[in-house]
Amino acid sequence: MLLRVEDIHKRYGKEEVLCGVSFGMMKGETKVIIGPSGTGKSTLLRCINRLTPADQGRVWLEEEEITHTRTNINKIRAQIGFVFQSFNLFAHLTALGNVRIGPMKVKRMKKDDATRLAREELDRVGLADKADAYPAELSGGQQQRVSIARALAMFPKLILFDEPTSALDPELIGEVLEVMVSLAKEGMTMLVVTHEMGFARAVADEIIFMENGVIVEQGTPTQMFTNAKHQRTGEFLNKISELYGETG
Amino acid sequence: MLRATLINIKLLIGLIAVGYIFGTLVALLQVYGGKVLGTIARIYEWIFRSIPALVLIFLFYFGPSKFGMDITGFIAAMFALGFRSSAYQSQIFRGAIQSIPTGQMMAARSMGMSQIRAIFTIILPQAFRLSIPGWTNEFSSVIKDTTLAYAASFNEVLRTARIVYDTDMTLAMTVLVFVAFIFMILTLLGNAAMGLAERRFRIPGLEVPGHEKVRQMSLGSSGLGAFGFRRFWRKTEK
Repeated sequence: MLLRVEDIHKRYGKEEVLCGVSFGMMKGETKVIIGPSGTGKSTLLRCINRLTPADQGRVWLEEEEITHTRTNINKIRAQIGFVFQSFNLFAHLTALGNVRIGPMKVKRMKKDDATRLAREELDRVGLADKADAYPAELSGGQQQRVSIARALAMFPKLILFDEPTSALDPELIGEVLEVMVSLAKEGMTMLVVTHEMGFARAVADEIIFMENGVIVEQGTPTQMFTNAKHQRTGEFLNKISELYGETG
Repeated sequence: MLRATLINIKLLIGLIAVGYIFGTLVALLQVYGGKVLGTIARIYEWIFRSIPALVLIFLFYFGPSKFGMDITGFIAAMFALGFRSSAYQSQIFRGAIQSIPTGQMMAARSMGMSQIRAIFTIILPQAFRLSIPGWTNEFSSVIKDTTLAYAASFNEVLRTARIVYDTDMTLAMTVLVFVAFIFMILTLLGNAAMGLAERRFRIPGLEVPGHEKVRQMSLGSSGLGAFGFRRFWRKTEK
């Protein structure tokens, strides 16, 4: 098991956002988390790499317990990519600079090697020609692809995607999903919070449906779309497919 | 008298350097220092923002001798005005730091950078650029403060002027107008240099509103940390 999440709880003030979430991921799997907004999907992702500390519960990356207080969290985070809804590129660095800064500053890679690696990763997301552009000079879709390249350059064991296409104009969603689909096919382990059902259908090994801080149901896309056990799952899937279509 | 002007310039560079180092530190402590260190930084800022510059100079000049330390007027003035400037500069930096979207800090942390490393590689290089306009303002303010060092009895420009017109009172107006002229020129040059720096370090998408009309220039390499200060001087000297 590559990632094991066990009974995660998180509350903000009085409100309990996560009420005991558990699941696991094997190497090379792609799992998609869906659910109405405010059900703790993003919080769950942040609890996995401790950007938000969980109140209770444990998380393991392979044999190492991430949630253990004595774990060197920076070392763990270097192995887990994180792609944000709002890209969060470093505004003072070019696309190339954004991709190579992790290898250079976290992994102490030499600048030449990091540059070569960064160019390869930019090429992988189709942006080799934008290496010298600053984030403000790129479209949202391009920025998100740079941020995926930035994650890839760290050779992560797993990448967490937090609604990677939700901040994008509709015509830019496709290029980002395309990159994500090819990553999934190459065997990258990915945990994706998204409303893109087309993507989920195409590459997800499993869909996890969350509501009110718990996992309501999980299963393969076919099973979830055609044969949902819970009424809520079916309702939600229908509504979301209607809203977002099945592109991607 | 022009030689005395050089002393003012030296004092200016010294006090800005002191102000820059402590200002950055105070700003960082205020933003990231937590409760205790943040409060200390705020008290520091409050003290040095509330005491009149002249009083500070006197305190720094005469204070240490009470403890048997003998410091020169130059050093006293440099630190008195430097600490004072750091209190103002800290607020320029703090504003700049806080205007950087928090998501960038999160992204840096999520790839395994420690907070300190993220501050130096991600936050400061941007905050530095964003604070150049505020810094220009601070510069033209402190350059005039250097004449207050007159009180610490060393031969900066105003004191030298006084020595000249003390010997011949009819020269007073001429000499003082000359002093005024010197400062007008210095301010002009300084502002031009800062404008140059602003263009030199310009990055698309990282401008202070109202200052983005400058000609587009791209930057060769990435970082400009606290260490960038040195590089900044070297670059502007060219």
